[in-house]
Amino acid sequence: MDITVNILLTIATAATPLLIAAIGELVVERSGVLNLGVEGMMIMGAVGGFGAGYLTGSPWIGLLAAIIMGAVFSLLFAVMTLSLATNQVATGLSLTLLGLGLSGMIGTRFVGQPGVRLPNLDIPGLSSLPIVGRLLFGQDPVFYISIALTAAVMWFLFKTRTGLTLRSIGDSHTSAHALGIKVIRYRYLAVIFGGACAGLAGGHLSLVYTPQWVENMSAGRGWIALALVVFASWRPWRVLAGAYIFGAVWIGQLHAQAFGIPVPSQMLSSLPYLATVVVLVLISRDKRLTMMNTPASLGQPFVPDR
Amino acid sequence: MMRLELVKRPQRSALFSMLSPFIAFALTIIAGAIMFALLGVNPLNAFHIYFIEPISQVWQLHELAIKAAPLILIAVGLSVCYKANIWNIGAEGQFIFGAIFGSIIPVLFPQFEGPLVLPLMLLLGMVGGAAYAAIPALLKTRFSTNEILTSLMLVYVAQLFLDWLVRGPWRDPQGHGFPQTIQFGDSAVLPELMPDAGRANWGFVFALVAAVLIWILMGRMLKGFEVRVLGSSPRAGRFAGFGLNRMVFFAFLLSGALAGLAGISEVSGAIGQLQPVISPGYGFTAIIVAFLGRLNPLGIVAAGLVLALTYLGGEAVQSALGISDKVARVFQGMLLFFVLGCDTLIHYRIRLIGLALTKQEAPAKLEAAPKLKEAR
Repeated sequence: MDITVNILLTIATAATPLLIAAIGELVVERSGVLNLGVEGMMIMGAVGGFGAGYLTGSPWIGLLAAIIMGAVFSLLFAVMTLSLATNQVATGLSLTLLGLGLSGMIGTRFVGQPGVRLPNLDIPGLSSLPIVGRLLFGQDPVFYISIALTAAVMWFLFKTRTGLTLRSIGDSHTSAHALGIKVIRYRYLAVIFGGACAGLAGGHLSLVYTPQWVENMSAGRGWIALALVVFASWRPWRVLAGAYIFGAVWIGQLHAQAFGIPVPSQMLSSLPYLATVVVLVLISRDKRLTMMNTPASLGQPFVPDR
Repeated sequence: MMRLELVKRPQRSALFSMLSPFIAFALTIIAGAIMFALLGVNPLNAFHIYFIEPISQVWQLHELAIKAAPLILIAVGLSVCYKANIWNIGAEGQFIFGAIFGSIIPVLFPQFEGPLVLPLMLLLGMVGGAAYAAIPALLKTRFSTNEILTSLMLVYVAQLFLDWLVRGPWRDPQGHGFPQTIQFGDSAVLPELMPDAGRANWGFVFALVAAVLIWILMGRMLKGFEVRVLGSSPRAGRFAGFGLNRMVFFAFLLSGALAGLAGISEVSGAIGQLQPVISPGYGFTAIIVAFLGRLNPLGIVAAGLVLALTYLGGEAVQSALGISDKVARVFQGMLLFFVLGCDTLIHYRIRLIGLALTKQEAPAKLEAAPKLKEAR
């Protein structure tokens, strides 16, 4: 029983960064912007979070720094694609490349340094309940944030007027603009929100998952988060499900490696990436379904005529 | 509060089309100077070490050619993809599979020698790269799967596969446990161009030839026209009878083959064996090269040399100033950012508007309204 609980806990820890980054990107894409820079913003959040935590000794300041780092970094993308109407695919890619380089440079002095870890929640009485205690009341704070964030985004997108406006912009920026909606302003806010989420996800990696700084420690999670959004056909609760499936794959291959299954460890390590490809194929097989769900102006630059 | 406003030009500006890479480079230098200053290094000194010293001697120019060759080879292939609006960003993986396929002969059949070895290796390298690129192409055409994500995911898979090969079945039994294959035999090594002057090998010639060939293809042949039409207007392309699916395969196989050729050339020429890591991110840097070269094969040659210099400069400042060689990646990322930003100037004029100005403009807009009615 304890083993099951432990495995479930590690799955949640592996799924949390994927979930947060994907939820952020979902909001961005719902507004009609495709930001391929998730990986870059995430790694910047990771290095910023680790750095601030290491220098101040407080993991909470680290977490805050991670969020700010991601948001500020996404602002670069926002200025380029929204104010200068650059190609979103190319700009997103360059954000990722820049983030990987910049984080490596900033992080040189952090390599091998001991980090700080966010403490797990501990509610006297509740956290020590058998089985459910640790699952529900004894996890790291970011886990609770991720769940709350998913619920909040669900509510925001589908139950509020602002959310409806955001979705309308994603479906047709020209119509939204003609109705007097500030398309560019909405998109700026969406992109920055996405950046803050990616930063938070990175902070989780370097402050909870493995409290240390390793170069390229995001290991493609930003890209998997992007795939999750497609997999979830732009619906928050499906992102949640997808993130936990991928968390399970990630943990599953780690456990398989630890048990010494006679399969090369590299093959097991490539499972999450292969799974992403397979899942993408399965979900995009039905062309009509994808067409129906994709925000119609996703990835197209918008220059308001005045 | 200042605001940016884009005003569409009546036609694309030829001036800015030419100037934009240079403006981007100048902006990168300025940003780089700020960065060096923040790191506590004299920017002028740093730039001298970064951009001048690595190319001040003949043998260093050879090193530049070694770094530029894979970048140019991969980028000219990618330029065809991007022109056709097909996003192959997994060239790094195709590079690795080219290297693996091409190494089959020298690793598994080292006793096979002679003048046939190299051409076969290069051919196998191209086949390997193209085959690996065919996967995202197939998934895109068959299941309309997003090629950006699949081609990228396959990079990770390729890296892990290479890691397994050189630690497992292909490891040199006499290699003292080091994760590497046997050294390639003499007939499997790409010859150097001028062995007396430096290390540059035939890979650089391949790159130049590929650039010229692709330039002819894109500018002088029907296929190039097809690429451009399908890229700018898939609908028009369909009416003209150009198949989008065929184009996806063409672009992926071509860019994959060139990336594969780059991979086997690098392994056979510069390294001499397979190792767990054979590329300092050439496949990703080539994306920057393609855009900096304006997706034009001849521009890409120049851009490839510039980006190769950022690698050498990164190594130079690391050894001279103790700054992480990641500084190269930062330079490359900034360069791409600024290029993309400057490209906006080709199609738009940029106006800076303060809030006070906008208020003054308001009556002008009202006046314009009746005119609009007249026009109708």
